[in-house]
Amino acid sequence: MSAPFDLSDDSVVVIVGTGAGGGVLANELAQKGVSVVALEAGGRYLPEDYINDEWESFGQLAWTDARTTSGDWRVARDFPGLPTWIVKAVGGSTVHWAGASLRFQDHEWKAATTYGEVPGANLLDWPIDGAEMAPWYDLAEKKLGVTRTNGWPGLPGNNNFKVLEKGAKALGYTEVSTGRMAIMSHETGDRTMCQQTGFCFQGCKWGAKWSSAYTDIEQGEATGKLEVRTKCHAARILHDDSGKVTGVEYFDETGALQMQAARVVCVAGNSIESPRLLLNSASTMFPDGLANSSGQVGRNYMRHTTGSVYAVFEQPVHMYRGTTMAGIVQDEARHDPARGFVGGYELETLSIGLPFMAAFLDPGGWGREFTSALDGYANMAGLWIVGEDMPQEANRITLSPDVKDQFGLPAPNVHFDDHPNDIAMRNHAYAQGAAIYDAVGAVRTFPTPAYPSTHNLGTNRMSERPEDGVVNRHGQTHDIANLFVSDGSQFTTGAAENPTLTIVALAIRQAEYIRGAMARGEI
Amino acid sequence: MTRSPDFRALTRRQLLTRASAVGASFVAGAGFIAAPDAAWAAETSHLEPSTFATLVQMARDIYPHDRIPDAYYVIAVKGYDSVEAAGRVEAGIAALNEAARGRGHGHYLDIGWERDRVDLLRSIEGSAFFQTVRSGLVTGLYNQKAVWPLFGYEGESFSHGGYIDRGFDDITWL
Ligand SMILES: Cc1cc2nc3c(=O)[nH]c(=O)nc-3n(C[C@H](O)[C@H](O)[C@H](O)COP(=O)(O)OP(=O)(O)OC[C@H]3O[C@@H](n4cnc5c(N)ncnc54)[C@H](O)[C@@H]3O)c2cc1C
Ligand code: SF4
Repeated sequence: MSAPFDLSDDSVVVIVGTGAGGGVLANELAQKGVSVVALEAGGRYLPEDYINDEWESFGQLAWTDARTTSGDWRVARDFPGLPTWIVKAVGGSTVHWAGASLRFQDHEWKAATTYGEVPGANLLDWPIDGAEMAPWYDLAEKKLGVTRTNGWPGLPGNNNFKVLEKGAKALGYTEVSTGRMAIMSHETGDRTMCQQTGFCFQGCKWGAKWSSAYTDIEQGEATGKLEVRTKCHAARILHDDSGKVTGVEYFDETGALQMQAARVVCVAGNSIESPRLLLNSASTMFPDGLANSSGQVGRNYMRHTTGSVYAVFEQPVHMYRGTTMAGIVQDEARHDPARGFVGGYELETLSIGLPFMAAFLDPGGWGREFTSALDGYANMAGLWIVGEDMPQEANRITLSPDVKDQFGLPAPNVHFDDHPNDIAMRNHAYAQGAAIYDAVGAVRTFPTPAYPSTHNLGTNRMSERPEDGVVNRHGQTHDIANLFVSDGSQFTTGAAENPTLTIVALAIRQAEYIRGAMARGEI
Repeated sequence: MTRSPDFRALTRRQLLTRASAVGASFVAGAGFIAAPDAAWAAETSHLEPSTFATLVQMARDIYPHDRIPDAYYVIAVKGYDSVEAAGRVEAGIAALNEAARGRGHGHYLDIGWERDRVDLLRSIEGSAFFQTVRSGLVTGLYNQKAVWPLFGYEGESFSHGGYIDRGFDDITWL
């Protein structure tokens, strides 16, 4: 691969991470003629490299650097060293993701105002709203090829969806469909149509599902304005005496420490690594880490209220055939405190293969109660709960005082306690999920605990006032004009929807702002 | 890693051809596949044969599947028959037999009912030995490609062109 930019070239924008946020931002800036160096900790894997085998694929793609956990969440007990299930590779977690692409509901931009005082929650309104984001969502849906937008058809429903649909309708739910997915439902000559192979989580070997790995990154590189440096792990962001950032120190593929100069730095390493990088960049001028005058860097970690419901039926379902997230029930996504909690949740079909089912159905479980469930694997249907969880100040990423990663950098500790609202919502969703399957004759249902976090949000949150959060309405840090946050860690609150469409819309919008601010000489 | 720029214009058939070329390399790399052969149980190199037989029974009692032959449990725990693991396993099984004697049985293998063996296992559930064996089985047993069909799991479908023409929506009983 060509290396067009010199380490000392301080005219470039350096982006850390090439996932949903970083990958899109890199391409959007490159398309506008801005020079970009993207540092990506992982390697580059493309559709022909993806492996349709759960554990082998995990070995290929997963982020498994040293991490620690604390708090009362079950993940800390079941998977103490693996708080998240995300990707280290070009494309970031968009290689893993299922493709569900939903816009926030209007009221979710204003959670503090809508929900009122919730004890223990650090709720805040986003400084932006649905009307302001609408045109950016339009662009994001076009880019990702989202079904049921732009006149594109929905995907056909697989067996897992049909079970969900029948049960949900029997319960009186009406907002039931194969959803809005960043998966091609028709041939365009550009991306292959979904071939219903399953294994969406292991990387789509057809390229039918959008991932920045083989769309935005390649498009950006084709402009000659984007250089992606793989297996380069950003270690520290440097600044000058005026408090402006000047470059990024990173470990290259050989483990050697390099420094890339920069005019602007954008952090997009997902919601654990982004605050960790800011904290690891502490200096005498910024002893609490970069952009942390509010003390909010790393705080308000959100992961969506989740869990799964699997059900066994008398007859075969073969849920693993076809798209992993094949359909959705949206009736419970509304805000209706009469249910005993604020905010709402979506129910989305989910299937995992036998190897992951054995690991995740009831981590630590054994004996016939467990194995008889697996004996019913072919007759299983499943759904995943994704609901808004409450931001809490104490749920946070901190630097471990003793554990270090392979580079000798302090590892992140991920602390999470469930908020009572999260628990009430999850219990409601477990009951509704089981009722859906009972309505179509489930023999047994399983309220399955949360997996390591796939949606990681909120640890560098957006706020109107500098004292409430880390970044402003453009993802620009309140403290340092040429330092940006460009991933899901910007989220002020999490909403009920899967986050990626919003991350992408924010990245497109941020690119426009950065280009303008550079042209105006502001940064 | 490079790729022809016209990748996205490739047809489904072309993609499939490419996949089967790539496929060979990762199938060969999979760890747990070996010819199931019950005779393995007797042929230990580092563990006492009786220790290994007890370990296999313990594995079956932890994750009992009546449709799965012993051979797969043997493969799942075969890794413990090694220089590095043998000492810990001999000690763990000795403790298990000791606990069985404490309940009036000669050995773990003498306990006739699964219920009684499971009771015993529950009493040592917190031990490092039990947890090592149990967690190792999660991949050791369930990640054997050969057992997947016994659960009705079909594994990868890409080499067959996906399920688009092979039953992704074939449910009829609803
Ligand atoms: C199994 C699974 C299913 C999902 N399904 C959906 C779905 O259906 N819909 C949806 O909206 N969302 C889904 N998600 C979530 C979605 O993938 C993430 O929300 C999204 O990708 C996050 O974008 P990001 O830019 O914040 O981080 P990522 O996409 O994770 O990108 C971060 C990148 O930064 C790199 N990086 C981190 N630290 C450093 C460093 N120090 N130096 C250099 N590089 C670094 C990482 O290697 C990675 O490539 C799913 C996630 C998973 C795991
Ligand atoms: S089911 Fe469709 S989207 Fe998912 S991996 Fe297969 S082809 Fe890609």
